[in-house]
Formats: sequence, structure tokens, C-alpha cells
Amino acid sequence: MNTPFPFSAIVGQDQMKLAMILTAIDPGLGGVLVFGDRGTGKSTAVRALAALLPKITVVEGCPVNSQRPEDCPDWAHVASTKTTQRPTPVVDLPLGVTEDRVTGALDIERALTQGEKAFEPGLLARANRGYLYIDEVNLLEDHIVDLLLDVAQSGINTVEREGLSIRHPARFVLVGSGNPEEGELRPQLLDRFGLSVEVRSPDDISERVEVIRRRDAFERDTEKFLRKWQREDGKIRKAILAARDALATTRTPDAILTDCATLSVALGADGLRGELTLLRAARALAAYEGATAIDRDHLRRIAPIAMSHRLRRDPLDEAGSVARVERTVADTFG
Amino acid sequence: MTSPDWFRALTALTLLAIDPAGLKGLTIRARPGPARQTLEDELKILPLPLRRIHPGLSDTQLFGGLNVAASLAEGRMIRDAGLADTPSALVLPMAERTPPGLAARLAQLLDAQTGHALLLLDEGAEPEEAAPACLTERLAFHVDLSQVPHAEARPLLPAPADIDAARARLPNVTLRPDDAETLVALAARFGIASLRAPLLAQRAALALAALDARAETTDDDLRHAAELVYPARATMIPEQPDAPEPQPDETPDTQTDSHTTSDLTDIPDDLIVEAIAALLPPDLLTQLEKRARASRAAQGSGAGTKRTGNRRGRPLPSRPGRPDGRARIDIIATLRAAAPWQPLRREARPDGPRLIIHPADIRLRRYEDRSDRLVIFTVDASGSAAMARMAEAKGAIELMLAQAYAKRDQVALIAFRGEGAEILLSPTRSLVQAKRQLAGLPGGGGTPLASGLRAALDLTDLARTRGLSPALALLTDGRANIALDGTPGRATAASDAEAMARRLSHLGLSSVVIDTAARPGRDGTLLAGWLNAQYLALPRADARHLAAATDAALTG
Repeated sequence: MNTPFPFSAIVGQDQMKLAMILTAIDPGLGGVLVFGDRGTGKSTAVRALAALLPKITVVEGCPVNSQRPEDCPDWAHVASTKTTQRPTPVVDLPLGVTEDRVTGALDIERALTQGEKAFEPGLLARANRGYLYIDEVNLLEDHIVDLLLDVAQSGINTVEREGLSIRHPARFVLVGSGNPEEGELRPQLLDRFGLSVEVRSPDDISERVEVIRRRDAFERDTEKFLRKWQREDGKIRKAILAARDALATTRTPDAILTDCATLSVALGADGLRGELTLLRAARALAAYEGATAIDRDHLRRIAPIAMSHRLRRDPLDEAGSVARVERTVADTFG
Repeated sequence: MTSPDWFRALTALTLLAIDPAGLKGLTIRARPGPARQTLEDELKILPLPLRRIHPGLSDTQLFGGLNVAASLAEGRMIRDAGLADTPSALVLPMAERTPPGLAARLAQLLDAQTGHALLLLDEGAEPEEAAPACLTERLAFHVDLSQVPHAEARPLLPAPADIDAARARLPNVTLRPDDAETLVALAARFGIASLRAPLLAQRAALALAALDARAETTDDDLRHAAELVYPARATMIPEQPDAPEPQPDETPDTQTDSHTTSDLTDIPDDLIVEAIAALLPPDLLTQLEKRARASRAAQGSGAGTKRTGNRRGRPLPSRPGRPDGRARIDIIATLRAAAPWQPLRREARPDGPRLIIHPADIRLRRYEDRSDRLVIFTVDASGSAAMARMAEAKGAIELMLAQAYAKRDQVALIAFRGEGAEILLSPTRSLVQAKRQLAGLPGGGGTPLASGLRAALDLTDLARTRGLSPALALLTDGRANIALDGTPGRATAASDAEAMARRLSHLGLSSVVIDTAARPGRDGTLLAGWLNAQYLALPRADARHLAAATDAALTG
């Protein structure tokens, strides 16, 4: 129906693109939060990334995208043992969604027409091994947020309702976008995103013109445009795959661990989650760039997107949290 | 002569008919009336089937879903197609009441490039009351028909054949190399951050050229397109190179360069800027201020005041109804409703399924999901009031507090005396705290009624941002004698109080004035009038009666 815009053809927005690539390398990073103005290509980037990623192997007809037939949940009654290739799923979680749609619930249709008690999987099932995208995440209702937090934490969706007792894996990369003018995000949720990026409309006229030109070219002749960018997208895909393999062997010098801790203390970030994300994101970045070990430069570049949303608010500091992180990084690392 | 607003609306509709999928749609801001009706009648020119939807549209209607009645009758699953399945022009009246969930889904639908167009009929009366930004942002055009006199609203659209021809020509129309740059630079000068705007303007320019049977866009097309797309999105008035003289400058390009510094201002055609600036609403700055206030009000509360509940609410008895993709079916209640009829139904359908359920049996779960109420007690603790009835007032408040507590309302306490007002208790559910504050409430001094009202006003604003529904209980004798700035003087004090009270009344919260004067009467009723509040006189030594009356007044 609709073809996603090629990831490599997105003009600028380097921080956002980098953050998304890192979560593709290490899904355990805990997702990306993209906050910024309307019409800056937030949704475009998410959909583009998923189209860029390698296909995943799934058992045919498995509602939770299991990789092997033995992983399929019993309740799904998957008959087939054949596997097939599918694009990485990106599931949209719209505002105003009901709990039933998210977690899954009793299959009303079958219950009413056939008198069977069956489970109808929800969005979390479909998002397993892929991405869950929430546009305007800051407007999401609290009870849905709570539910997501719980599942994102455990990687398992538990449904106990209407006489059903169902568990299924739900590991997904959470990508949220929003416009800060319309409301703040609850700190609990903010902290749960591994990385956060602030996107702004480019100030540079030529960059803005380029965005318009590419978008127009894409809409007017999609085929031709895709062909043109295919190779670039392929390069990124290859680099992501290579980085996934390299992740295990990328070394972490002790000095880097100390640096992470020092930086976290200097920034006054709550909890240890920040340090851990900082380290993992730096490792993913190092792997992506083909380095054998993490160095300070990786940390320096990753710190703003891994730490800026974990700072306590300082109402007197007008510079914003990214600037604060950069300042502290400069102070700490010299 | 045709009014310019009407002309813009007609042009927008024409272009939309040429490129509905690219331009996405049109926001029409106007109350229902002859002008809007005329335009609505002309929507038939769009090459898409018209579908009228409403803000309560369910997911099943939009995206398709189970047809319960047919499924049960047939004994197998029958799905209904949704509006999203076939490209159509969705007409949404009362667009200002669109809940965020529906707005998000419609935005998704527009982004998916399925060929849908959306026509928002925005009937908002206040600037804060408007169609959701995530939708208006995606639609190319925004027209305001509220100033269009009926006599001028004549349908003057091109012949359908011409539109069809233009649509056929559209794929072959090209832009000139600099067009994108011009449109982007223009958008920047009007402070339009979103890149959707120049993109939509570009499509509009192409459609204009196609309408005039040209193979390439012209400056006129660009100007015209920018005039249609930009004004509603402008966030600033571009700096004029010369003094804002009303007379048009015939040779603009010789003048501009000497005044410009940034790269944003080397616009090839300053005339375009002037043309758009002329279309900006005259009160753009005030509107911006209001818009900013509205967005601030939404902070921290998710969807802000629109949200109906901040708790999931308690379950209520299930009700018969139709599943719409949002409501949950109460299986037990459904079975219970169907059970007594089983023998009868089986007789009628011997070969039917073991359990025969009819659509009428279906029960839906309901929750009472509404925002918490916050009762703001604003108490006059001045000398006059204190001496007369303070003890009784305290007793009454204490009783009301207990009631509020039982209903899980939140309460806040403001006292005013001497030179100003003080929030003694921020919104809380803690009855103990409230009682303690009340017991320690000192009395004496002047009556700064205006300050008390202002404190209530601030607290109301704050409470709304947190998703609470505030209500005001004002206990005073109404005899203001201290002005807002703390200076004594009956005349200014009274006029300040009146101004504040009227501002409060605009917020439309339920309020009650409890007159604590020894001889209740004129002052209190006057105040209640300004506030548009219920008036109650504090009856002697009957706090219980008063508490019940207050509760009734605020709930009503």
C-alpha cells in the first residue's frame, strides 16, 4: 500500500538517525524517544528504519513472530512448521487505544459465533521482535503507559482476563515521538527510554529545500526514487548486521567504565540505568564504526542522547539538558 | 463582489478536487450557516465519495471489524469494511471536538497515502477551541468562512470537465528549479517550522498550473499557493524592509537587499510576502499568545482539559449495546442475558449452534471514568466576616470537607484577609490536613476580596492543567474594602473584585457564593451575579443544611 521513504534519503537529523541505528544494533538499549516539532520527519524515520532492517525469520502464521516452531505459544495452535522471511514488524500504537487491543483479549468473535474460548492477540504480540511506535507518546493515557512499562521491562505479556491465562513473549524496541508543547512525559516513562533525541526543523534553507525536493521526488516517482537510494540503504543495513556480530567482541576498557561512572555522578543522573545505557550505546556505536574497543570519543558523542533525559530538571538553566550534558562532558573529559 | 475569504475557499476546494491525495484536505472554520452550507454542497466536485463522519466515530467504523449481527445470524465471522478501505473524502463536522485518539488515527490514515482527503468543519468559537493540530497541520488549506456574508457565498467553481482535464494534466506539470527554495524561504519568513507547509504549497502551485493548462509553474502560481497554504500556519509577521506603509511598493527588489542581513530574506519576490501578510489575521499576535497559553495549559496533563478522566473509574453495571472496537463486551452478562431464551431459540433453530446468542443479548462494560473534582474553598477571614460568622463558616466547611472526602473529591483552601490572599492548602485528599489548616485559620483585617478571587483563578488554571474539574465555594460577606494592589478603598476594591469575578465566571466552573454577612443580602447577591454563581445565605447555626445545599449547588 504505502512504501516507506528510504532511510538514507532523510536529510540531516543525524542524531535521530544514529539513535535509531543503535537500537537496531542492540535492541536491548531500550528504545528511542524523539521529541520535537511537527513535520520534522519523526514518523518517516521510524518506518524507514524498519524497512531498512534485514528481514526476520518467523514461523508461518505465528501471531508472535516466533523464530522456531517450538517457540510458538500453545494457545496459538500454529499448525505449520515452515518458516518464512518477513520484514521487521513496526506496530503503530495509536492514542486512545484500549487495553484489550494492546495486550490481546478473549476472541469475542469466536466466543460468540462458535462458543470457543480463544485468545485474540493484541498489538504487543505483533510487535514481538520488532518495533512498537507510539506517536504523541506524551498524550498516551496513563493506564496504557503503565502497561507498556511493565511489558517492556519484563519482555513478557501476561493476560489474565475473562477466564484466560496467557503469557507470550513481547520484546520490542519502543520508539516514542511527541511534541513537547503538548505536554510533558511522566518521568517514569522518560527514564525507560534508552536514548532520547530532540529534533528541530533545520534552520538552514538549503537543507530545508533538499528535504522538500527529495520528498517531492519520492511522491511523484516512488520507484525511481527507491532505486536511487537502494544502494545507500544497503550500506547501512550491512553496517548494522556487521555491528551486531561485532558487539560481543567489542572491548570495554576499564578506564571507560570509570568514565561512565564519573560522568553519571557529575551529571547527577538518578539510578544506574543511565550509566548502563551510556555504556551499551557507546559499545553499539563503536561496533557500528568498526572500532575494536570503546574510546572516549564514542562516549562523548553518545552522552547527549543517552543522558539528557535523565537529568533532574533545573528550572534556572535555560540552556536545556543537551547543552548541560555537553558542558559536563567537556568538563569531565577535558 | 465576492469576499476574499469566500474566493480563497473556492480556490482551495478547486485545487483539492484536482489533487485530493496530495493536498490531503481543507479545514473550514465556521459555525454552521448558509455560507458553509453552500460550500458543503459544492464538495461534490471532489473526485471521491463523500463520507460524513463524527467525532465519536469508532474504530470499527473507520477500519472495519466484526459485524456482530450478521456474524451471529450466520454462525460464522462476517466483517464489515471500514471507511479506511476505500479512498474517500471524509467530512468531519464539529472537528474541534475530535478526541485525541480519533485524531491520531485519522493522521495515520492521511500519512498512509491511501488517497483519502479530510474536510474538517471546525466550529470552534474560542481560539483555544480548534480542530486538533496534528490534523490541521497535515491538510493543505485552512479557510475561515465566519466573515463571509450569505449573499456573497455563490458557488463559482470551474466546470467539472475543466477539473477533470486539470487532473489529467497534473502529472506532467513541473516546477521550476528555484520554486522549492522560494517556498521554503517564504515559509521561514513567516516562522513556519514544519516542512509539510512548503511541500503542500508546492503541490498547490502544481495544481494551479494544471488548472490553467500550463506545463510549468509561474510566479503567480507560487504566490497564489503560498497565500492559500501559509497564512493559517504563520507564527510571526515578517519584518518589513520598509515602514509598514499600506501603499504597495512598485519596485521592491531594489529596496530589500540593503535592509537584509540573514539569508532568509533574499526572497526573489517580496510581493508574495506582502500578499500573504495581508491575509494574516489582524490579531495574529493576540492569537499566538492565546495559543501559547492553551498549550501551556495542556502541560503535564496529557490531553489537558479535554481528557474526561484521570482514573480508570469504577465499573458500572453493563448495558446492552453494540461492540464498536472500543467498548469491552461483558461476556458473563451477555450469557446471562441469553440464557433464559435458549430452549425457545433452540426450538426455532434445531440445527443451530448449542448456544444461540442474538445481538440484543450483548452487554457492554461501562466505567465511570471522569476527572476528579476539586472544590476550592475560598474563605473570607477578614475582621468583619470573622466577627460575625467565622465559627459557623468553619463548621460548614468542615462538613463539606467530609463530604468531599467521601466522594474522593480533592479540596483546596484559600483564605483572604488583611492585604492579600494565601493558599492555605494546595489540592489534596487529606482531610486531616484540611481540618488542621482550618482550625488554625486566624481572622481579622480588611477584606481583599479581589485578591482572594485572583488566587482562586490561579488555582483553577493550575487544577485544569492537572486534569481536575475545579468548583469554587466562596464564603464571604462580599464587602470588599482592599483593592488588588493591597491599598484600602471601597470603590476600587469593589471594581477590582468585580473584574476578577467576571474573569472567573468566564472559566465556566460551577461555583457558589455563601453569604456570611450578619444580614445577608445586597453585596453577596451582587457578587454571585458577577461570578454567575449560585447564592446561598449562611443560615444561622445550621451548618449541616448549608453543607448539603452547597454540595447540591456545585454538583448541579
